[in-house]
Amino acid sequence: MTTSPSERGVSLGMPELPAPAYPDDVRARLETDAREIIARYPDSRSALLPLLHLVQAEEGHVTRTGMQFCADVLELTTAEVTAVATFYTMYRRRPSGDYQVGVCTNTLCAVMGGDAIFSELQEHLGVGNGETTDDGKVTLEHIECNAACDFAPVVMVNWEFFDNQTPDTAKRLVDDLRAGRPVEPTRGAPLCTFKETARILAGFPDERPGAVEASGGAGPASLVGLRLARGETAPARVVHPREGSSQDGDGAPQDRGAPEPSPSEHPSSHDAPQDTSASDPAHPAGPAAEEGE
Amino acid sequence: MTLAPELKDTSPEKLLAPVLSAFWDEDESWTLDVYKRHEGYEGLRKALAMSPDDLIAYVKDSGLRGRGGAGFPTGMKWQFIPQGDGKPHYLVVNADESEPGTCKDIPLLFANPHSLIEGMIIACYAIRSSHAFIYLRGEVVPVLRRLHSAVSEAYAAGYLGKNILGSGLDLDITVHAGAGAYICGEETALLDSLEGRRGQPRLRPPFPAVAGLYACPTVVNNVESIASVPAILQRGKDWFRSMGSEKSPGFTLYSLSGHVASPGQYEAPLGITLRQLLEMSGGMRPGHRLKFWTPGGSSTPMFTEEHLDVPLDYEGVGAAGSMLGTKALQCFDETTCVVRAVTRWTEFYAHESCGKCTPCREGTYWLVQLLRDIEAGKGVMADLDKLNDIADNINGKSFCALGDGAASPIFSSLKYFREEYEQHITGRGCPFDPAKSTVWADSRTEVNA
Repeated sequence: MTTSPSERGVSLGMPELPAPAYPDDVRARLETDAREIIARYPDSRSALLPLLHLVQAEEGHVTRTGMQFCADVLELTTAEVTAVATFYTMYRRRPSGDYQVGVCTNTLCAVMGGDAIFSELQEHLGVGNGETTDDGKVTLEHIECNAACDFAPVVMVNWEFFDNQTPDTAKRLVDDLRAGRPVEPTRGAPLCTFKETARILAGFPDERPGAVEASGGAGPASLVGLRLARGETAPARVVHPREGSSQDGDGAPQDRGAPEPSPSEHPSSHDAPQDTSASDPAHPAGPAAEEGE
Repeated sequence: MTLAPELKDTSPEKLLAPVLSAFWDEDESWTLDVYKRHEGYEGLRKALAMSPDDLIAYVKDSGLRGRGGAGFPTGMKWQFIPQGDGKPHYLVVNADESEPGTCKDIPLLFANPHSLIEGMIIACYAIRSSHAFIYLRGEVVPVLRRLHSAVSEAYAAGYLGKNILGSGLDLDITVHAGAGAYICGEETALLDSLEGRRGQPRLRPPFPAVAGLYACPTVVNNVESIASVPAILQRGKDWFRSMGSEKSPGFTLYSLSGHVASPGQYEAPLGITLRQLLEMSGGMRPGHRLKFWTPGGSSTPMFTEEHLDVPLDYEGVGAAGSMLGTKALQCFDETTCVVRAVTRWTEFYAHESCGKCTPCREGTYWLVQLLRDIEAGKGVMADLDKLNDIADNINGKSFCALGDGAASPIFSSLKYFREEYEQHITGRGCPFDPAKSTVWADSRTEVNA
């Protein structure tokens, strides 16, 4: 990690030094990819989002070196590139784990159990929102609605769907990820690492045999209406023994003297200002040479 | 099953109309082979036999309206593209499905991506475009894979590329993955994002039809709108108009989610009611009652039990004080705290506000502060009027519809559930137990079909 003094300390009026470049061989390889991406668009600047995915695929997060690279190939300023990189939530600004575990805590998933899953995972892993386990395997995050509400509660790992989760299944999932056991999403392909996922997002198709076919067609919830329309199945009636529900707890909702979470612990304290890559001295976004190998 | 005389109104066979979802359960439904076995690319042949102007008129006559929320007539959007202007024209498909509760385009693209591609070719022929884009939200890699694969199949089969099916039409499709920003579902923010900028909405006019992508005439359509076009061509506009109502014709995907017995996708003619959908699908989860629901995602004012019979079409929902939106029917039962639900949605809007305009950027921030206090039992009665006031200062005064969407849950929840807000204040906290709302709360269940 090359960190200049100005990056570590508070600099008053001293412009930040330019980011170090990628090693020549890396740069040459990325330039080939970049040319392919740029060719997809009538105007080269449209390639910026995929290029940021590409440099994220290289280093696991968007570094100053990566942004400099994007600026160079698109003939933009680094300020223009940074403005874009910091706007979108999928670009990470610091090194993170191989597997990004995102728990949906938007209203519907949260109510259906996402909040419970997220808090149990934090406890189980001993990390907070946006933090990574010590072994560098899992970065835990809460995410916004991922368009799978009929499969709630939803957990995404490297943006593959893990539908209908519970705290137990989610804990088993992260345990498997940390132990290196193979994990298969309910909808999606066998997991690749975060970097490999980022390369697909840059527009380079997943070449692994069977990746497109994996997990089959539509998920079960997607087919409910179709099956009904064909008269195939009456939906399974889940009969709930009513005596069960009234005895646990004290029946009717009542005042629990709700504990008040501090803003930083609040399950969705995500509207707090975030450090930008350049203003976060604890995590200078220089090139992670050891990751770039 | 000897219920024949009993079927009548609530019979799913009569009420539902799977078209886009008709073969989602088939093996490899996402492939070109399977799509072609189900009349795939037949609509395109019929379209190419027409003149582009006739094709636009045909789609206009079918009455197809946008399925992404606003319900603008699709054919009219195409017609707005100036012809003979010497500029390139673009089609951009909005696949940035991110509205809370909305989950129709993602399963559609996962199971049947070719319906979109065929629709795009037809649309591009109509508007004289030779380059189209699919702006897919980035957080759905399984769908991205299937789109990559479908587009490459379509090229290999001659449906994309040069001189498509000998028609003289050239078309390239670029699949573009976003990077996580709800605002990019707003069409002008999407265009800025696709141009490689921060996704912030543009001032209109000029509208995208005049100055859209790269300042060229551009049509931005929702996935489901475009994917519905091939079936209209193949089976005819009269068939399409035989479903739904005069002003809201056709079929659409309804997405049922939340505390219901059978969450999922239900494709039906426009105008079905939530009561009908619930009756055919097993209702709410057993032992519970519907408390509130959204007709079209969190940005559409919420409904209650009294709205169960509202016809779910553009006019019906509008007349009842909400919007059809994306037909995302999120249903919450009596275990759910409405203050918690609205707080979480508002946190979402605050997080996703792009920061461009002050009413939305500042307003959503302060709404969150007030709501968190109320939820935590630290609110005062005057906060309720303040909520209303702030929401009023966002609604209609923001740069784009995100602000209006943020105000909707505030207004509607205060209208129907003001007492519950007051309870949080007088009782100094939330009277609900979140554990009771979870999927597994009633875990001692048996399944007997």
